[in-house]
Amino acid sequence: MSDPTPTGGTPEVEGTPHPRGHGDTSPDRLERIATTDAARELPPERSGFGEGVIGEVLLDIQHLSKSFGSVHANRDITLNVHRGEIVALLGENGAGKSTLVNQIFGLIAPDTGTVSVKGDSTPIKDPKDAINRGIGMVHQHFQLVPVMTVAENLMLGHETTKGGIVLDIEGARRMVRELSERHGLTVDPDVEVDDLPVGTQQRVEILKALSRRVDLLILDEPTAVLTPQETDELLGVMKELAASGTSIVFITHKLREVLAVSDRVYVLRQGAVVGEVATKDTDATGLATMMVGREVVLSIDKEAATPKEVVLSIQDLQVKDDRDLTAVDGFSLDVRAGEIVGVAGVEGNGQRELVEALAGMRKVVSGQMTLGDLDLTKANPHQTHHAGVGHIPENREKHGLVSAYSIADNLVLNEFDQEPYAKNGVRQFSAVRENAETLRDEFDIRSSSVMQSAGSLSGGNKQKVVVAREMSFEPKLLMAAQPTRGVDVGSIEFIHRRIVDARDRGAAVLLVSAELDEILSLSDRIAVVHGGKVVAEMDGKDADRTEIGRLMAGDH
Amino acid sequence: MSDTTTEKAAPPPAGEEPPEEQQSRGGALAYLIAHQSAVVIVVALVIALLIGAVLIRAQGVNPWYAYETLIQEALFYPGAFTRTLQKTAPLVLTGLAVVLPLRVGLFNIGGQGQFAMGAAMGAWVAYLAGGAGFLGAVLGMVAGIVFGGLVGLLVGVLKAYRGVHEVISTIMLNYIVAGVTFWLVVGPLQAERSKTSGIPQTEPIPESARLGAVAGIPIGFVIAVALAVLCWWMLARTTMGFRFNTVGANKSAAGYAGVSINRIVILSLVFGAGLAGLGGALEAEGTLHRFEPAIVGTLGFDGITIALLARANPLATIPAAFLVGVLRTGAAGLQFSTGIAPEIVDLLLAIILLMVSIPVLGKWIFRSRADKVSVASTSWGS
Amino acid sequence: MTWVTKNRTTLILLAVVAVLAYVFYIVANDIAPSMFVAAWGYAIPLVLASLVGVIGERSGVVNIGIEGQMLIAAFAGFFAAAYSGSILVGVLAGVGSGLIAGGFLAWTSVRWRMDQIIAGVVLNIVATGITSFYYTPGQLLPGVIPNLDIPLLQDIPLVGEVFFSGRSWIASFAIIAAVGVHLLLFHTRWGLRTRAVGEYPSAADTAGVNVERLRLVNVTLAGSLAGLAGVYLSMDASSTFERGMTAGRGFLALAIMIMGAWRPLRAFAMALFFGFINAVASQLQQSGLGVEGEPSNILEWILDALTSPQILATLPYVAVLVVLGLAAGRVRAPGAVGQPYVKGDQ
Repeated sequence: MSDPTPTGGTPEVEGTPHPRGHGDTSPDRLERIATTDAARELPPERSGFGEGVIGEVLLDIQHLSKSFGSVHANRDITLNVHRGEIVALLGENGAGKSTLVNQIFGLIAPDTGTVSVKGDSTPIKDPKDAINRGIGMVHQHFQLVPVMTVAENLMLGHETTKGGIVLDIEGARRMVRELSERHGLTVDPDVEVDDLPVGTQQRVEILKALSRRVDLLILDEPTAVLTPQETDELLGVMKELAASGTSIVFITHKLREVLAVSDRVYVLRQGAVVGEVATKDTDATGLATMMVGREVVLSIDKEAATPKEVVLSIQDLQVKDDRDLTAVDGFSLDVRAGEIVGVAGVEGNGQRELVEALAGMRKVVSGQMTLGDLDLTKANPHQTHHAGVGHIPENREKHGLVSAYSIADNLVLNEFDQEPYAKNGVRQFSAVRENAETLRDEFDIRSSSVMQSAGSLSGGNKQKVVVAREMSFEPKLLMAAQPTRGVDVGSIEFIHRRIVDARDRGAAVLLVSAELDEILSLSDRIAVVHGGKVVAEMDGKDADRTEIGRLMAGDH
Repeated sequence: MSDTTTEKAAPPPAGEEPPEEQQSRGGALAYLIAHQSAVVIVVALVIALLIGAVLIRAQGVNPWYAYETLIQEALFYPGAFTRTLQKTAPLVLTGLAVVLPLRVGLFNIGGQGQFAMGAAMGAWVAYLAGGAGFLGAVLGMVAGIVFGGLVGLLVGVLKAYRGVHEVISTIMLNYIVAGVTFWLVVGPLQAERSKTSGIPQTEPIPESARLGAVAGIPIGFVIAVALAVLCWWMLARTTMGFRFNTVGANKSAAGYAGVSINRIVILSLVFGAGLAGLGGALEAEGTLHRFEPAIVGTLGFDGITIALLARANPLATIPAAFLVGVLRTGAAGLQFSTGIAPEIVDLLLAIILLMVSIPVLGKWIFRSRADKVSVASTSWGS
Repeated sequence: MTWVTKNRTTLILLAVVAVLAYVFYIVANDIAPSMFVAAWGYAIPLVLASLVGVIGERSGVVNIGIEGQMLIAAFAGFFAAAYSGSILVGVLAGVGSGLIAGGFLAWTSVRWRMDQIIAGVVLNIVATGITSFYYTPGQLLPGVIPNLDIPLLQDIPLVGEVFFSGRSWIASFAIIAAVGVHLLLFHTRWGLRTRAVGEYPSAADTAGVNVERLRLVNVTLAGSLAGLAGVYLSMDASSTFERGMTAGRGFLALAIMIMGAWRPLRAFAMALFFGFINAVASQLQQSGLGVEGEPSNILEWILDALTSPQILATLPYVAVLVVLGLAAGRVRAPGAVGQPYVKGDQ
């Protein structure tokens, strides 16, 4: 869990002032801004107009529910947002936050309940409708067309044209420059989006939302790919927007951000609102408890490491990415048996390519990787696995699992042709099943049967399948890339514990994660990566969050 | 699909989070839903036959009489059943030729060319080796597999190493092989008799190397059925089959799991094309006893229809091929009795395929949610 | 001036081709003109058909059924004209059936999320079935499609003779269509949205573009071009309908689309290239090369093969394999092609 103690340099946490609004709550003003009769006739508690009350209610959600089959993603949710407020939606992965905002933005339709925007409770049909009603959204996975330029992406859907048909690119460029200036987020209009670093793409995504008239801006996990400094920058932008009258709803699972900028917090758990509180009235522990429903241990208990011989040795590795550009650029690192080395870094600095190269899934341009005496540099995944490398991949849907296959088959995905799971090329199903039953108990994989398809499991359980598979063959080297992404807190604790166990049993563990808290909590040694190489190494005990943040941003 | 058949998911127990969005792009292999699709296929067949009845009536013929004649001609007249099985045999193989690569996510629509190649070389080798009796027939079959497989090898290599989409390369090869085999049969492989008669064909295969029938069941049919079973067993029970299915279900995960994707792509196309080639050799040895360009007829394309009807299941190619065999065999007699052109079968099959393929039929019957129902998803841009 | 530097490779290639063509024209004066004319004639339906593919795939939808669309249109156009006694009715029927077939593909792939390649194959099989069964020999066209000799342009040496005279208006339309689709795709609002929908549909969706509707409209309307291509085959290039007369052109068109990197003007050039290869093959067949009598050794057999009419006829298809094999990995399909779009799928 995140470290709630603010260190020097982070925005103030104490006593966040009363939500800022326009201040003018007179009936005249109500008359001017209300869009429907219904809005005009709202009682003061609802409209926010009248004596001593804040401001216009921009968003009013009443008893909203949404289910997907037998899964209740949102249960009877009621919440509201006032003009100029910053409201945080806090909850662990799978709590239903994204589902909720997708309904506000018109991507999904609610089953029951209403979503009222500025008093108008007509259902929101689609994103176009939402945009027309003043809602903007910054998505967790950027909604940008990679091969198009910034200008083209920004004008998509409301193109500047000559005569209504022909594209006016110059007009789009002007719009980009204007927006850049106004919000202090500089971008070059003519660069292709996929040529931009992730932090800049985030800026483009935000500008895209702000290029329309926005009264309410939704941000879905906006800081997932940012360095601590970029995060602070973003939080600053959010406060400025709120001060000028744009309300903000932002989704996060990071307590420190909630405490840093929000005026109010709604805590979601398993699809329902379990708490609503003004930020100044709570703290990290309080929030965490509400999020999980029980006392949460904010960091893991582990013994000191006793590292032995070097198991993995990476020397001067160079690897290219999918676009043929150098991603890993002279990376050197040693990992010993019995220690966890955490690789900290913002996504997009070569971590993914590094792990794929180590697993044998990506070609190495130059440099060397050895596992003990074995040279891994030219090995393929079959060879690396059988040499004793366990790999928990970053993208479990794409690489780690075959959704259509049963849990049992997934548990032998890279051992399917080995005894006892196959003899002479013929598969031995009873052995596969037995193995699955054993692992299911050992790793607490919640499912009704091991023959169930893996695709039907929750994120946490899917990850447990992958973890079970990669740890059960007692690997010499365990590589875990973003091992708890999209996983519920209970499973996170479980997986963290198993990683430490693997270390205690003598494995060398390479942990790659964009979650700094995870790195700080688990690692015995930390290596900070930037621009495809290690820029600093330090002991886990000596790690300073701000220092690492600076290094992650390239400040070295 | 392995025999660890997947069950429907039970709802997660209370207190669990919802399942994640599945990224089932390129992974919806609907042969999972065994019992469901059987019902869909039967209903589709009925609807198609009804539509066919309407069209036949429009030709001025009583549709029930037409259907009855078809079935009589195909199954009940003396020798008809054997002829129908004779026709079914190559169809099973051209169907398998599409099914195997389909399980890997590849679309092999080059059955025509692969079949022709196998037929030409098979006929020629059987002729050359005819003196050795049944061994000659076997050698002919081997030649069919090998030369058909070579065509598949070219397709596979172009796909794996040059990214050439197999839909395009197999169609191009259909025309190329047609040209090559035609040249062969008016050139080096031409029969003496053919030079004077003007009909392009190869020397007839000696009696001893021909494939006959045992108790009314053509040997070719037995071989075809055996291969269908073998393909099913391979896909369901062996590690090679697991590799095939995994590449078809999730290519990235297959790579992660250590499967050599290029090798599987090439193998599936070689196997598939080899099976089509074998079909050609069997047809040359068993039915025509020589090679001539017209031997291919519609057998290659029917294979595509059969594979889709069979929902990419090797065992199901047998009844699907039988259906097509019945229709094709019966059509000749149908024309004789009613004057309806034998192309009616093309039309009927097209309607059947249409009804079976449209996902909405399955949805309408089961009122289930719109899921991506497809036989197997194929990859275009990758 | 910057436009020139940005497109210098294309301009250089064009210059080289122009020079080569002119040299060829001078050197082989007797056969060159007829070969160029034949090349363009062969290319016309390919240009139209490849545009169908470009529009569809740029929108994110694979269209394997262009062959079937052309076949049905050729059939419908020819027989509608023959039975109604009006060429115009025939053309309208042909274009209309292309639209309907396009609509079928659009609906099944986009709305019902059927696997797009299977939908295309099914369309081809249905087209073959219908046209084979309902074919009646001995029908005649009531007239011809009128020619269009363009006044000034037809006087340009060589180019004018080939492209702008002696051809029906379908041929001129093919040129306009290629230029038109290029302009539409890269300089209009529709084009930007279409490309976005084909590359990264959720970005378009969240920007307020209706992804499904755009795909449906594009694929359906593009069918009219396939319809026109079919009409050209049975009512212009020839005056008859034969079973299976499309002879793989629909698939050739896909190859052309790929080799043209999904860009209309390059696809146009590629179609011309294939037309030329075809003309070369015909020319070689007619020129009567070959081995005298029976070949006696392996070398002579190979020579006999390569000069035989049957093998020469395969030249265009071999060319496709060679060019595609070489172009591997250098061209990039639209990012989301072939994948049905599901909302909320971010």
